[in-house]
Amino acid sequence: MNTVYGVTAIVLVCLTTLGVGAFGLRLSRTTSDFYVAGRTVTPYRNASAIGGEYLSAASFLGIAGLVYSSGLDMLWFPVGYTVGYVVLLVLVAAPLRRSGAYTLPDFAEARLESSRIRLLSSLLVVGIGWLYLLPQLQGAGLALRVVTGAPTWVGSLVVVLVVIANVAAGGMRSITLVQAMQYWLKLTAIAVPAFVLLTVWLGDGRPGPQLTAGTAVDWAQPLSGFGGQDHPVYATYSTLLALALGTMGLPHVLVRFYTNPDGRAARRTTLTVVALLGLFYLFPPVYGVLGRVYLPHLPDGLRADSIVLALPEAVVPGSLGEVLSAVLAGGAFAAFLSTASGLTMSVAGVLDQDLLRGRLGRLTGEDATVVQGFRLATVLAMVVPYAAARFVEPIGLATTVGLAFAVAGSTFCPLLVLGSWWRGLSTVGAAAGLVSGGVLAAGAVLITMLAGPISGWPGALLGQPAAWTIPIAFSVAVVVSLATPARIPRHTARTMVRLHTPEDLGLERSTRHR
Amino acid sequence: MTPGRTAEGADHPDRLARPPRVRVTSSRRGAATRRDLRPLTRDLDEQTDLGEVYMAGLMSAQLRLASRVLIFGALGLGGLPLLFLLVPDTRTLEVVGLPFPWLVLGVLVYPVALLVARYYVRQSERIEREFSQVVGRR
Repeated sequence: MNTVYGVTAIVLVCLTTLGVGAFGLRLSRTTSDFYVAGRTVTPYRNASAIGGEYLSAASFLGIAGLVYSSGLDMLWFPVGYTVGYVVLLVLVAAPLRRSGAYTLPDFAEARLESSRIRLLSSLLVVGIGWLYLLPQLQGAGLALRVVTGAPTWVGSLVVVLVVIANVAAGGMRSITLVQAMQYWLKLTAIAVPAFVLLTVWLGDGRPGPQLTAGTAVDWAQPLSGFGGQDHPVYATYSTLLALALGTMGLPHVLVRFYTNPDGRAARRTTLTVVALLGLFYLFPPVYGVLGRVYLPHLPDGLRADSIVLALPEAVVPGSLGEVLSAVLAGGAFAAFLSTASGLTMSVAGVLDQDLLRGRLGRLTGEDATVVQGFRLATVLAMVVPYAAARFVEPIGLATTVGLAFAVAGSTFCPLLVLGSWWRGLSTVGAAAGLVSGGVLAAGAVLITMLAGPISGWPGALLGQPAAWTIPIAFSVAVVVSLATPARIPRHTARTMVRLHTPEDLGLERSTRHR
Repeated sequence: MTPGRTAEGADHPDRLARPPRVRVTSSRRGAATRRDLRPLTRDLDEQTDLGEVYMAGLMSAQLRLASRVLIFGALGLGGLPLLFLLVPDTRTLEVVGLPFPWLVLGVLVYPVALLVARYYVRQSERIEREFSQVVGRR
């Protein structure tokens, strides 16, 4: 790859992000600016912003890598990422907006009227956020190594520094417009090279995938277990369940709903998100398939996750290929930066507000200002996943993201769905659901990430835990709630009115209970 | 003059000669008293039994709609691996020159998801519109 082009593209993306962040600082001095701005954001722009933040390293690089290495069954990943928003739309989009909650812990506390549930949710937000940040940093390391040959820690560090500078300065996040632009930037960066590559492929007479004779059939067929997957049927269903139910519980998703003026706009926004994601996800598999055509054997030292970046030069040698690679590298960095910024903002906000502020105040004798506390939280939010990215062997970008979805689906999905629709949910039941789902899913994730490949059923069950952890979490929450009817929050009926009635009725909507 | 008082007046022996008046006031009763009714929104706010009934109606209508959409999605998407498993021919089937599984999972899923989502948004807005009309019409 031409290092100069690639580095130029990455530096441009980083500088733009920082520049817009600094500019945004002037636009959004106080949080209330953000709230006011929220009233004027149209569903279309809001949806672009959600797409811009949601399309991460897993979408930009990971899907193509998975399709390249494991074949057709991996198409369930982009399908699941999209379907997750349909489920979110149908079950919680409007109630979440109407709850007036700004973060998941806010929702948990408002619905269940318990500060302990809030603390539990905060811990989970931090855990899921860190798990989701990990592949963003790993992806950045991979991408920069493909472009410059630098060791992987350099690329991760670049993202860490840009995001910390950006988030700690207070920019980026609050500006819906920037995230909205990010979506169109990423779509262009992945679509234009894809069209060029497809044109070349057509001109070459549509050559088929190059695989060794026995495996060609398996790669292109569903449920073949190609790429060393045991129990592909179970894995397919479990992945689909995790992605479909996990989306609503991701820490950086709910915040964006707050910028919708009302529940109806929240639904329309989600509808547009489904359209935008569907459009984007047409392209990553193209790279996976063409990778099998033009790069049947990965060059030494290249991971499957880098196939998107390596492909253009294999298809069109010369400066056109180099330019296309640079465009893709820039798009990939835009993906790392926007997703990492959104996640860091959410994690840092929760760390600061719920976990650090009181303790920090005691330690420093109330010397620390609010801003200092938030900056400290930002650094902490990034340093932990950075350290983990150094020590944990990458198991595939989309796979790691899939695990974050599994944890979110096993914890926040029952909380949000039961909390929105079932008056019988008790505080104890919700807590029991969060703890059981969280412990089981996080345990499975830790074993998968630390113990290396496990074969047979244990490997499949631990590697794709959602199919058993989500039902267990739901059951525990329901059974414990039924056993503890006395602990149903006192104002449940009032909360339900707020969550489900249209705003145009002018009902009492204050979050304070009378 | 309230309808109640007119009705009493009609019963008075001196006024027996004016029966039509009774009919007129009784037909106006609904319109006249309507203005004095508490708005239903207050029943919702104060969580009276009536308000609870309306809320339960709204929520169950929305939940039925959501279940319909989710069951459609679960059968449609969840049925695909089952189809591939039970009818192996579908794994290699070619449709317009493309392998069927690639066509479905790579392309067709997305417009269908969008149509389903659009159906849901329209229906749920209709449910809310009707709810607002019943509850909020004053």
